[in-house]
Amino acid sequence: MNDSEIFDILCALCPLPGVSGDEGAAADKACELLAPYGEARFDKGTGNVFFRRSGWQDGKPLVLLDAHIDEIGFIVTHITADGFLKVAACGGIDRRMLLAQQVSIYGTASGSTERLVGITASVPPHLAKDYSKCPEVEEVLIDTGFTSKDKACEHIALGDRVLVENSPERLLGDRVTAKAIDDRSGCAALIAALDKLKDEQLGCNVAVTLSSQEEVGERGAKTAAYTVKPDLAIEVDVSFANTLAEDDKTMPEPGTGVMIGIAPSLSRKLTKDMVSTAKRCGIPYTMEVMGGETGTNADAIGLARGGVPTVTLSIPLRYMHTPAEVVSLSDINSTAELISEFLKGVKEI
Amino acid sequence: MIDLVNELERLCSLNGISGDEGSVSSYIISVIEGHCTYEIDPLGNILAFKKGRNTPKNKLLVSAHMDEVGFIVNYITDDGYLKISPVGGIDPRVVFGRRVAVGDKRVCGVIGGKVLHRLSKEERGKAPDFDRLYIDIGAGSRAEAEEQVSLGDSVCFESSFERYGEGFLKGKAIDDRVGCAMMMKLITDEELEYDTAFTFVVQEEIGLRGSACAAYTADPDIAFVLEATTAADIPSASGEKRVCELGKGPVVSFMDRRTIYDKELYRLAFETAKEKGLNCQTKTMVAGGNDAGAIHRTRGGVRTCGISLPCRYLHSPCCVISEKDLNESYELVREMLCRAGGLQVSAVTE
Repeated sequence: MNDSEIFDILCALCPLPGVSGDEGAAADKACELLAPYGEARFDKGTGNVFFRRSGWQDGKPLVLLDAHIDEIGFIVTHITADGFLKVAACGGIDRRMLLAQQVSIYGTASGSTERLVGITASVPPHLAKDYSKCPEVEEVLIDTGFTSKDKACEHIALGDRVLVENSPERLLGDRVTAKAIDDRSGCAALIAALDKLKDEQLGCNVAVTLSSQEEVGERGAKTAAYTVKPDLAIEVDVSFANTLAEDDKTMPEPGTGVMIGIAPSLSRKLTKDMVSTAKRCGIPYTMEVMGGETGTNADAIGLARGGVPTVTLSIPLRYMHTPAEVVSLSDINSTAELISEFLKGVKEI
Repeated sequence: MIDLVNELERLCSLNGISGDEGSVSSYIISVIEGHCTYEIDPLGNILAFKKGRNTPKNKLLVSAHMDEVGFIVNYITDDGYLKISPVGGIDPRVVFGRRVAVGDKRVCGVIGGKVLHRLSKEERGKAPDFDRLYIDIGAGSRAEAEEQVSLGDSVCFESSFERYGEGFLKGKAIDDRVGCAMMMKLITDEELEYDTAFTFVVQEEIGLRGSACAAYTADPDIAFVLEATTAADIPSASGEKRVCELGKGPVVSFMDRRTIYDKELYRLAFETAKEKGLNCQTKTMVAGGNDAGAIHRTRGGVRTCGISLPCRYLHSPCCVISEKDLNESYELVREMLCRAGGLQVSAVTE
């Protein structure tokens, strides 16, 4: 798979809605993309996607590859008398992007899901006491264009999800911007890894979970890892890339390769295996050193059942949790490359 | 025939910050060509003139501005990021994390800053200052950026035009392409009662600059400024703080921060609306300002009337107006032009 094919996967996955707890649309598309490589199914109960790679043979060690399918967004908590919405956050919302923002409201009140336009109301200058203060999520009002609660309620129900759209767009070089690159780029890396292994006989079984509700506390991965019962696990998520505002040389620039995690909560052996695989195959990588847990699904997966040796591979990302996330396609490719080369070497635990 | 909403959609899709209105101006000319005479003045204003059935007692002018708020690239860093200055009044809280188009090639970029997870508690609730923001176009170096972008390039928000809810319209630059759209329809679709000058002006957002010169050249007795004005009809505002409301018709102001409007024209606007069964409202706060501020002080003074569309979230990438207000505003302007041409302008002539 080349960069342009990886971009195609992002174009297929990123635009679909998948706010935590309502991952169905994104999950269905992911199942479609996984289907050529094995058996994929969406589990409605947990919101997780489960996949088994073709060529499954009982008795072989089982490697779990996980990325999360959900994205940050909002959930409707109240509809005002004049048809505006109040919302709560699903995941870590950046308050600096809350005003005068176009959103999609995935309204369910009419029986099927409709995508409706909404605008987060900004407080005009004559009413703003402090121009620099960003509102709390609970203070935000969403303008639905409906002028009464009754009219709004024909389309929108409490509990409906709301998100900020931004379809994938190429920037200069191999960089791409979109919403939900966190963590659809991880999903894309897993699909690309499977593609690289298409005709390969492996010494291990491979399961993939695209888990739900990561953004609200790694909930989907907890039950998914229990169900899959892996011998070892690789978690693919995004992590912080350097930017002009960060100006922190401990963070990699986009395009410098996959970030291999090293942390007290991760398997040292797996980290070492990843580094040696990357060196052997000439795959660009940087080290991501974390002091305790990782803040990713690896934390939950590592504690599944009696415990699972786990490692993180991260894709460097700029402007995380904004609709303007930026990633380098080559880093998704390096991640896929490292996973596929690593899997070729797994024979026994 | 011009459909106002479709025309507005086309106009909003064009990029034209103050001082860089060329693409808006050429598009407008392509539509009005053949329906009026026009010239381009030294600042870039379009000065159009359309013959009516009669010569008015008072020279009539209708004016709207072509420019929109945005940014200008003022520096490219070693790493290929673009530093920017705001052009016009932009709320710093509507900028971070937005997608923008840079320069004539509309190079795609995003407005970046420090990532949420690394902000202090205080920083999380604070809009970043403009000088901390920058545009990331994906360039890895200054040289790579300079292949696509130059200092002085214009930056506009990427924001699609949408029809939503109960007849609401959303887009960037509705302030003041909505005025331009109404003037284009008056020029191309109407048989006017009186000869009328139309000015599509530049540089409103940085200080009412284009209109000052355009009005000097047009030399009118009576002027109508077509605009979009702040509506605060959101649940968190009440009483006079709402200023004006969507769905309640065109806004005719008695005073804003730049202009005390002509009383006779103000009264005539409400009378006309009433007779024609059109909604019409005024602003309940003295706030904002528009080209009327320059036009009414032109030469020896011009009697000026402001007719504005109530607009939510003005100067943001998501301006919102109501289609019904747009149609009623158009009707009111058309009717006012018929009446104003025959008006005795006592204060000026006596």
